[in-house]
Amino acid sequence: MSTETLQIVPAAVEVHDVHKWYGSHRVLDGVDLTVRAGEVTVILGPSGSGKSTLLRVVNHLEKPEIGYVSVNGELIGVRKQGDHLKELSERAILAQRSNIGFVFQNFNLFPHLTVLENVAAAPVATGKLDRDEAHKLARELLDRVGLADKETAYPRQLSGGQQQRVAIARALALRPGVILFDEPTSALDPELVGEVLAVIKDLAKSGTTLVIVTHEIGFAREIADRVVFIDGGKIVEQGPPSEVLDKPRHERTRDFLSKVL
Amino acid sequence: MSEPPGAAVSLTEAPPSATDAPSKPLAAQRVLPLRRPGRWIATAVVLVLAAQFVHGLVTNPFYQWDRFGYWFLRPTILDGLLVTLEVTAYSAVLGLLGGILLALARLSKSPVLRAVSWIYIWTFRSIPLIVILLFLYNFSALYQTLSVGVPFGPAFFTFDESRLATDIVVAVVGLSLNQAAYAAEAVRGGILSVDQGQHEAAAALGLPKGYQFRKVVFPQALRSITPNYVNQLIDLVKATSLVFYVSLLDLFGAAQTMGATYPGDIVPLLLVVTVWYLILTTVVSVVQFYVERYFARGATRTLPPTPLQKLRTAVSDLRDRVRREAAV
Repeated sequence: MSTETLQIVPAAVEVHDVHKWYGSHRVLDGVDLTVRAGEVTVILGPSGSGKSTLLRVVNHLEKPEIGYVSVNGELIGVRKQGDHLKELSERAILAQRSNIGFVFQNFNLFPHLTVLENVAAAPVATGKLDRDEAHKLARELLDRVGLADKETAYPRQLSGGQQQRVAIARALALRPGVILFDEPTSALDPELVGEVLAVIKDLAKSGTTLVIVTHEIGFAREIADRVVFIDGGKIVEQGPPSEVLDKPRHERTRDFLSKVL
Repeated sequence: MSEPPGAAVSLTEAPPSATDAPSKPLAAQRVLPLRRPGRWIATAVVLVLAAQFVHGLVTNPFYQWDRFGYWFLRPTILDGLLVTLEVTAYSAVLGLLGGILLALARLSKSPVLRAVSWIYIWTFRSIPLIVILLFLYNFSALYQTLSVGVPFGPAFFTFDESRLATDIVVAVVGLSLNQAAYAAEAVRGGILSVDQGQHEAAAALGLPKGYQFRKVVFPQALRSITPNYVNQLIDLVKATSLVFYVSLLDLFGAAQTMGATYPGDIVPLLLVVTVWYLILTTVVSVVQFYVERYFARGATRTLPPTPLQKLRTAVSDLRDRVRREAAV
């Protein structure tokens, strides 16, 4: 926002022919996806379609068996070795994740740390900022998500909507080029959904690259540059919301939308 | 309404047949608590039995309380107490450190580390502590020197085992080996109790591996490790009495030796030992309460009250009740 500390350089994401199995069950079946820098992409799909797995492949919480993901051209979790892709060390993967923010459905805040410590932990632990700088940044971020007065609270003393806003501030603290949201409002009471969506909307306006898995179709229509519909581990169709949501070309998309709308 | 009389229940009006109908609206009627005579009788019986027991304890000449007073703070006993404290402290710390390493090994992805850890825990939980201690005591006869160097290769340092293995070292090593096996399971249980989402969040933020364990997982695990480990710690305090058999004079050993010299004082000496162990356990329990309270930060919305806070609430509750009763 006003201060330089909050400047974020949006990154482009490319998912190339990703396949992923859980045992004999194929979760992702050759997914290709290009997300341009600064674009907001919403992923829709029925439960078990592989949309969360796709999101988790992007920051390498799940390893694809075939295919790769790159962020700003940098391969994630692997490197090229001749004709092959070779797994990176855990340390290298952890370092790459600082450019990829992730917001969980269940927030996953650290319950034994205060709100301020939750937000400031990652920049300190990864050596990007010293403690004072990190606390200053954390306060700015908490102010941005409207929780400046909660810095000394513990996560369990907050409502679900407040917790999720802290989780977003925590993801922002590393100034990632892309932020991934895994059903950020699914665990919330209906009246708390709005406050979280407002924060995400604010991020979308500021030009950060966002990839959002959600069931909020109205929200998708409002902020998405592109909607991706996925089913059975494959992308069925994608395009601007005016096409995919209003004039879906595929039977499965129509069927899904008729159930959730 | 055309229902037969008596079938409908009115919530707003008292039934007309009732003669003791409340004169005031129900909301203003005071509810008398249920009297529980059974509870009073049980309380009285227990109090009588307890009084009888205490009376016997005080008046029975068998206990020789004057001799208890004589022995309680004798230097021999206090020296023994010091040995007990020393052995307990070293073994508790080394046992916990060993337990953390063993737990991490058991949770690691390497099958060799997992197997080694499992076998260690299995072995040391199987062998009685006294056997381990006696084994170590005779160890210097089995291996006369200990060397640090390349495995199967040249040695850099060589120790004379009989000089290294003093009584206290034997005791601490034996208790630590045993303690580590049990602590490993307490630590492993604690680590497993931390939600998978915490590991994922830490990984997604790119926190370095060591930081993830030290700052995210372990502090949360400690909440469930503490009660289990303190349980073992109390066992350990008492298990130190076995070091007497490797000729170390701990609290129990000191009393035992004195008892051999003054056979008439055996009972008061055992009482001295009992009271000291009670004091040690009490101290551990009090420390446990505050440690648990510290680790409960964030896990509960409000911290459990300290005994002082509880007392204050009880007093003010009682005052409120008396005031209420007086007002009626």
